[in-house]
Amino acid sequence: MTDATSDRLAGATDRTRLDRLRAGLKRRHAKEARFKWYGRLAIAAAVLFLAILLVRIVEQGHTAFYSHTVTVPVYMDPARVDRAYPQGSNFEQLAAEQQLARWGVQDDAAGRASAEMRGLFSSELKFVAADLVAKRPDVIGETVPLAAPLSDDADLYLKGEISKSTPEDQRRLTDRQIAWLERMQAEGVVGAHFNTALFTNGDSTQPELAGVLGAVVGSALMLMVTALIAIPLGVGAAVWLEEFAPKNRLTDIIEVNINNLAAVPSIVYGLLGLALFINWMHLPRASPLVGGLVLALMALPTLVIATRSSLKAVPPSIREAALAMGASRTQTVFSHVLPLAMPGVMTGAIISMAHALGETAPLLLIGMVSFVPGVPHAIDQPVGALPSLIYIWENASERAFHERTAAAIIVLLVFMIIMNAAAIILRRRFERRW
Amino acid sequence: MKTRIFRSAEDQTGAGTADPTHAVRMGGQVLPAAVSEASETAGDADRIEAAAESSRQADQTVVATPPTGPIKIAARDVSVFYEGKQALFEVSLDIPDKTVTALIGPSGCGKSTFLRTMNRMNDTISGAKVTGRIAMDGEDINDRSIDPVLLRARVGMVFQRPNPFPKSIYENVAYGPKIHGLVSAKSEMDGVVESALKRAGLWDEVADRLQSSAMGLSGGQQQRLVIARAIAVNPEVILMDEPCSALDPIATARIEELIDELRERFCIVIVTHSMAQAARVSQRTAFFHMGRLVETGDTEDIFQNPRERRTLDYITGRFG
Repeated sequence: MTDATSDRLAGATDRTRLDRLRAGLKRRHAKEARFKWYGRLAIAAAVLFLAILLVRIVEQGHTAFYSHTVTVPVYMDPARVDRAYPQGSNFEQLAAEQQLARWGVQDDAAGRASAEMRGLFSSELKFVAADLVAKRPDVIGETVPLAAPLSDDADLYLKGEISKSTPEDQRRLTDRQIAWLERMQAEGVVGAHFNTALFTNGDSTQPELAGVLGAVVGSALMLMVTALIAIPLGVGAAVWLEEFAPKNRLTDIIEVNINNLAAVPSIVYGLLGLALFINWMHLPRASPLVGGLVLALMALPTLVIATRSSLKAVPPSIREAALAMGASRTQTVFSHVLPLAMPGVMTGAIISMAHALGETAPLLLIGMVSFVPGVPHAIDQPVGALPSLIYIWENASERAFHERTAAAIIVLLVFMIIMNAAAIILRRRFERRW
Repeated sequence: MKTRIFRSAEDQTGAGTADPTHAVRMGGQVLPAAVSEASETAGDADRIEAAAESSRQADQTVVATPPTGPIKIAARDVSVFYEGKQALFEVSLDIPDKTVTALIGPSGCGKSTFLRTMNRMNDTISGAKVTGRIAMDGEDINDRSIDPVLLRARVGMVFQRPNPFPKSIYENVAYGPKIHGLVSAKSEMDGVVESALKRAGLWDEVADRLQSSAMGLSGGQQQRLVIARAIAVNPEVILMDEPCSALDPIATARIEELIDELRERFCIVIVTHSMAQAARVSQRTAFFHMGRLVETGDTEDIFQNPRERRTLDYITGRFG
């Protein structure tokens, strides 16, 4: 405060001084209140969007978690079941015809009725029957109950996704099929169950058989590769840059470039991976190995930055204490600085892994958009990944894939939440020690 | 405010009426009133010129009384540069063994910088450069053949803020002996930890909770723990950088007592802002000002009969 101001304040009467203070105070409080409201509004907007997103996904996806199965008695006609090669027998036709016969419905010459009936069963019925015959050949000639999923369209109808009011030629089920479906339901042979196929199967062209397991395993294998490469490299680079590197032009350039790399769009990493790992190094396309390498490249800058900032946050007094005790630089870093930075390092690592898990663009470029049935078990095989599975399913023409897309998103979100929770728990545990 | 008083003293000398050091040697009397008046009226330009003049004259360190007994550390013409900026100007100081030497002076005078040259902690600051020679038992500690890690095992250090490791009390004290490989057996280590804690006067307070975190101790206890940690490796010299400035008077008194006891076994160099503390704990005092060692001698001498004007001004609280 200048002398002139203080003189003026001192010279003013107490009353005017207080008035002036009061007026200013009012303005200050108003500003504070306004700012608080901005904050509340921002949070409310964020929460609202998040809620809309979650509600939308759950609303669309919750129906994918259960599905309908039908149980039909099938007479294993010795004339039509191929004993040597059960998979070759047309069990669906057999089941459809027998179902029609039980109801006394006459099949026409073109077999249209039995085709429609067959359309209600999933092709899984065939494999259920074939497996049974392969395991117990003595069932041939007997009548056995076969349980199999309903076809995706029948399932959708029972979930209320297909409306009877839609004109017949514009929906996937005929009036007759709907009538039969309702009759089966009335007879109690149709039941709703938890959709285990969603979690135990790989991808499939049949929505009722498609599952996320293949993609989950693919993503897990890929993340394993990413973690094994990115975490040691990233933490090592950060420790060296922060604790050992001389501060000169070269390290400045490295630092600037790491920051730049963190901002490079992920699709560019995909292009790099395609050029480097697939075209030049000839690593197998769409494999978790290549995917993991690309994601590791992508995660490295973020990891280095996170690790460096948590190393920076370690009070210098700890370094001084250790150095003054005669600890070498390496001892100082590894027995004092790094353990203290560990919660931050691990949080950074897990967050960047979670980020890598959800990354889609680079995967598209290295061929992970291809249809991969089954569950992978090696890092050099083509696999699917969760985000690319979501992309594939979203683009599929079968309507039943839509709810499964949302279900796959839910699975992905659950994994993200688990990883983030792990980050929080680890941080808590390490911080609680001292 | 402090610079004005300081400069006013020099102002008078700049007028050429008397040799400044001479005038002060006349007995360290308080300035006559006329002097202050003269300074009040003098122009700024004169003051600055006079100050520059004084710094040229002040290059020479006044040694009030030479140290008695064997010299542990002998510093000769030690200068320190941070990023090319000189922080310490040709300091030469003999530090006797088994004695407490206090480094005093106003903030930023270079006393901590000088302290840190003695265990080469300045090496850890990038852009820091030390010139001159510091000999410990006749051996140049800045020599290429000297490993700073080994040097720091011989020269312990206690910092301004207690900085125990965020580990258990036991691990803190055991850390030094462990990394230097001085102790291998667990039972032996227990003994080392116990005796270090006892010597630091902390044993009775922590004996029953050696495995609990050092961060749970009070500030004073933490500082004694840090001292225990330093003496656990049996160093020859202990450097203390304002060890009590973050502590309350009771904790300070305990640390001072401790320093007095430790004097029998170690060469102690302590930086302090408190004149009273320097007078209480030290036998030798060195007064630093603006990066130069102004005056050094027996503490009693420095406090009762300073030969330099600036020393007098500082210890009587006229500036700093």
